[in-house]
Amino acid sequence: MRRYVIVGTGVAGIAAAEAIREADPQARILLIGDEPEGYYSRPGLAYYLTDEVPEKQLFPWRARDFRRLGINLWHDRVVALDPRGHRLKLQRHSEPVPYDRLLLATGSVAVRPDLPGVDLQGVVKLDTLADARRIRQLARKAKAAVVIGGGITALEIVEGLLHHKVQVHYLLRGDRYWRRVLDEQESRIVERRLSERGVRLHYRTQAAEIMGRRGRVTGVRTTDGRVIPAQMVAIAVGVRPRLALPRAAGLRTERGVLADEYLRTSDEDIFAAGDVAQVYDPRVGASVLDDLWSVARAQGRAAGYNMAGWKTPCRRGTPLNVTRLAGLTTTIVGQVGQPARDGEDDLVGIIRGDSEVWRSIPDAIVAQEGFSVNRLRLMVGKKHLLGAVLMGDQTLSRPLYHLIDAQADITPIRERLIQGREPVAEVLAEFWIQWSRQHGTQKPQS
Amino acid sequence: MDWKARLARWFRQEAKRHEAMVAGYVVPDPIRCVQCGICSYHCPIGIDVRRHAWEGQPVVESYCLTCGECVARCPRGVLRFERSDLLPAD
Ligand SMILES: Cc1cc2nc3c(=O)[nH]c(=O)nc-3n(C[C@H](O)[C@H](O)[C@H](O)COP(=O)(O)OP(=O)(O)OC[C@H]3O[C@@H](n4cnc5c(N)ncnc54)[C@H](O)[C@@H]3O)c2cc1C
Repeated sequence: MRRYVIVGTGVAGIAAAEAIREADPQARILLIGDEPEGYYSRPGLAYYLTDEVPEKQLFPWRARDFRRLGINLWHDRVVALDPRGHRLKLQRHSEPVPYDRLLLATGSVAVRPDLPGVDLQGVVKLDTLADARRIRQLARKAKAAVVIGGGITALEIVEGLLHHKVQVHYLLRGDRYWRRVLDEQESRIVERRLSERGVRLHYRTQAAEIMGRRGRVTGVRTTDGRVIPAQMVAIAVGVRPRLALPRAAGLRTERGVLADEYLRTSDEDIFAAGDVAQVYDPRVGASVLDDLWSVARAQGRAAGYNMAGWKTPCRRGTPLNVTRLAGLTTTIVGQVGQPARDGEDDLVGIIRGDSEVWRSIPDAIVAQEGFSVNRLRLMVGKKHLLGAVLMGDQTLSRPLYHLIDAQADITPIRERLIQGREPVAEVLAEFWIQWSRQHGTQKPQS
Repeated sequence: MDWKARLARWFRQEAKRHEAMVAGYVVPDPIRCVQCGICSYHCPIGIDVRRHAWEGQPVVESYCLTCGECVARCPRGVLRFERSDLLPAD
């Protein structure tokens, strides 16, 4: 009877446990996680901040689901890994824990910038349920908050603060929001909506210091010497895979724990999946980091099968996220990147709900269409669509994903898309109707 | 007719092509789902729609009212209606 140990109770760990059980009904499966709440919807934290969903609703699994799968769940932290001896050392449990196959699904953690005052009370991030609770608690009393960072998480925090009637100051390093993924018009749409809702945007502004009194935040001093009074400072400048454990154990790491397309690390019996893993993608020819729920799940599942001996390569698929930016539903799919400009990035490395693929700059022609708040940007390659950003009306979200993911041959409409004499959305919708008839995407996948 | 109306008409025609238009099912698109639970939270009769989205299974419970609450509330467009006759018979 094989002993499987999974470190991390996030979606990658859960998906792996399910897959192992499916492939090896006799297996002993132990799931170890250091968050007392166990498995919950991490992206759901954004909706918890805005009261769209109560805390107890964030838990997709009940105790009986773990029992049904015969998974042993421990609340503890793994502090050391001994690959040769095939054992783990835990913080609370005194005995070493043996394994035959191990999965590292330890996720990523928010980067803490090296800023005077980051330890003050009132400085927050959004990684965990505990962080979300903290933000809600502080927001009830705070009058003003400063938000530092970019991408999706920063705006999710902004939304949560607005919902709690906190005056928000949003600091941007450069002259626009999320420059590596959005184009200028898209950034402006988001910024305009933010200011309409009362957010004060501070362009080309960096924090020099978080100021405090008696251990609590009182404001932020900017590099140009201004002082913004605030009782809270939220930081969302990016995340980093948790690498301490695998590094100390001598596993190969780069930006994440390196894993092949079977999710195996440089040690035969150790696998990695989810945000912590940098996984080889044969289509790209490189190892890629993602910070996406669906990718973490797919990797976890494939890792589980491989651990149990079902050889299953993980095909990452086209990265997709559907998120809200300043209240505007936005689909981001495939390669949509913008050329970087030095010193204007609000982010270091990867962020939540992000994929390195989005930032790759495609060899494509841009076809775009803007309505008042609805906007579609298409990255048109030689034969295929490479990526798209769709803001507002989401009618085309699913068609776009399928056309991009299936690498549909768009030769018949390519010229019409690029010339821009007809509405891009219309040309696409028409094409989709024909294409999906031929390819039958109407059937639900099971 | 603009493209949206045309797309809508197409969806209707697609459905009509098959005669037995008994009822619609809620069908999930799992790749979009982040298990936030808003769907299940708003289901008036307590169906765990989120679990269906995890499993990639349509909501075929006979007591589903097809009220559309979950479809409308999902912030990520995970859920949509589909005609029952397009689903594999079970
Ligand atoms: C606010 C927010 C919004 C997001 N929005 C989106 C979105 O819109 N779309 C999207 O696709 N993704 C989004 N994400 C990202 C998504 O949540 C992650 O990609 C996903 O949760 C990764 O799953 P995982 O299992 O790899 O890691 P995690 O969910 O991070 O789980 C890892 C677990 O391992 C535990 N752990 C770490 N080290 C140890 C140790 N040594 N011992 C024991 N336990 C340990 C951690 O505490 C954690 O509980 C968002 C994330 C956040 C925080």
